[in-house]
Amino acid sequence: MIMSNTSKYTVIPLLVNGQSHDVMVRSADTLLHTLREQIGLTGAKHACGNGDCGACTVLVDGKPMHSCLMLAVEAVSEEITTIEGLKHSEMRQAFVEQWAIQCGYCTPGFILNCHALVKEHPDADDEKIEEWLQSNLCRCTGYYEIKQAVKFVLEMNKKNG
Amino acid sequence: MIPFNFDYFKPDSTEEAIKTYTSEWKLGKKVVYFTGGTEVITFSRGGKMTADAVIDLKGIPDCTVLEMVGEKLIIGAAITLNQLIESDVFPLLSETARRIADHTSRNKITIGGNLMSKLNYKECILPLLVAEAVVVIVGPKGMEELPAEKLASGILEEGTFLTQIKVPVSNLNLPYTSLKRTRTTKVGYPIVSLAALIKEDRIRVAFSGLDEYPFRSAVVEATLNDRTLSDEQRISKAIAKLPTSISDDFLASKGFRKFTLGILLTEMNTVLEGQP
Ligand SMILES: Cc1cc2nc3c(=O)[nH]c(=O)nc-3n(C[C@H](O)[C@H](O)[C@H](O)COP(=O)(O)OP(=O)(O)OC[C@H]3O[C@@H](n4cnc5c(N)ncnc54)[C@H](O)[C@@H]3O)c2cc1C
Ligand code: FES
Ligand code: FES
Repeated sequence: MIMSNTSKYTVIPLLVNGQSHDVMVRSADTLLHTLREQIGLTGAKHACGNGDCGACTVLVDGKPMHSCLMLAVEAVSEEITTIEGLKHSEMRQAFVEQWAIQCGYCTPGFILNCHALVKEHPDADDEKIEEWLQSNLCRCTGYYEIKQAVKFVLEMNKKNG
Repeated sequence: MIPFNFDYFKPDSTEEAIKTYTSEWKLGKKVVYFTGGTEVITFSRGGKMTADAVIDLKGIPDCTVLEMVGEKLIIGAAITLNQLIESDVFPLLSETARRIADHTSRNKITIGGNLMSKLNYKECILPLLVAEAVVVIVGPKGMEELPAEKLASGILEEGTFLTQIKVPVSNLNLPYTSLKRTRTTKVGYPIVSLAALIKEDRIRVAFSGLDEYPFRSAVVEATLNDRTLSDEQRISKAIAKLPTSISDDFLASKGFRKFTLGILLTEMNTVLEGQP
């Protein structure tokens, strides 16, 4: 049985962007808090803290997850990817080229979600794209360009086989 | 940030979970079970709950199965909504789950957490009510199977938890519909949500969002199945016979909920009558 303790901090191993980190956490610390405050990866953003906005999205074993809704202790033995781990991804490049960024606060969450979408559904249609994009809010309302970035990567991947 | 500390346990078996619960509880601690954890985390952060110990059930094999055994589909309490949708073993449940929260949240929200939620909606229970599912509960006194409606009001005995849901295979692939209206966007809590199927030429339907708890009503179903009445008469009489007072809250007024229910019941009839 895995256990982590209340009154003292517990050291747990987290595998983030292919690197192992031993971090000191309270059981009550969220993955978002731990990534930002313990590991210094500030790409995942804190906003609603409620699962409503997607600014905190990371990938856990390739699946998009709101890191504000996950305890750090739950992430032991999982493979975590943050935006810092997608520096050279096609999706990040597509966001730049398609002007899918304005203030940028929502952008890391969107890129991670869209990256997972094209990996899981290389033939995603409009309905699928919309279903996945409902998980993220953009206050600058750049949804059209974001959708174009997803379509651009889907097309490019199809062309490149 | 969650403003209090708790111990976190992730047992490997139901026995270990019960033993942990009992020993922590005897020390006077407040112990909570946890599957997806999204509600425990958000409620704790928002000051709506506290805990001294959290028992995560995701490590228990009984809680992570999704398989057919004999004449039953067995769904572990820790199966996520997206796992249910992707497997599509019970299409009415998949369709209902697809309208709960957003895609990313559904990677974490579990069926067990939804059924045991402290919120009123518990939309996953609707397909279980019409398919006559049973739920498996484990506690210090042992294991028992209960009809799914026992979870509608969400109260279990101290220390007991939900491990599995069992759905008769004969009810998995009947003609069905799942309908939901929210206040504004597609993602949101229901003003009204319903799940319906036809078995032996009779409509069965369960509702959420109308009142404190989700429900299925024999009187409402008898009226909806009364072929001596016109469609409109059946619907207006069924609404008049609801066994509950309709909620009036920030999501919708009582009048708007009634109006929306009428529209959904009309849509339900159209969809179900169009099916073989
Ligand atoms: C963004 C978002 C949108 C949502 N939209 C909807 C919606 O449209 N419709 C709807 O119905 N719900 C909706 N919800 C609510 C959600 O379904 C519930 O909050 C649900 O409880 C979350 O599941 P979980 O697995 O994360 O639960 P958890 O946080 O693990 O648990 C919830 C509660 O159940 C108890 N519990 C958990 N597992 C068990 C068990 N196996 N046995 C006994 N008790 C247990 C916990 O102690 C806790 O009290 C939404 C939630 C979010 C975050
Ligand atoms: S900060 Fe996690 S979803 Fe908004
Ligand atoms: S670019 Fe500003 S919130 Fe999305």
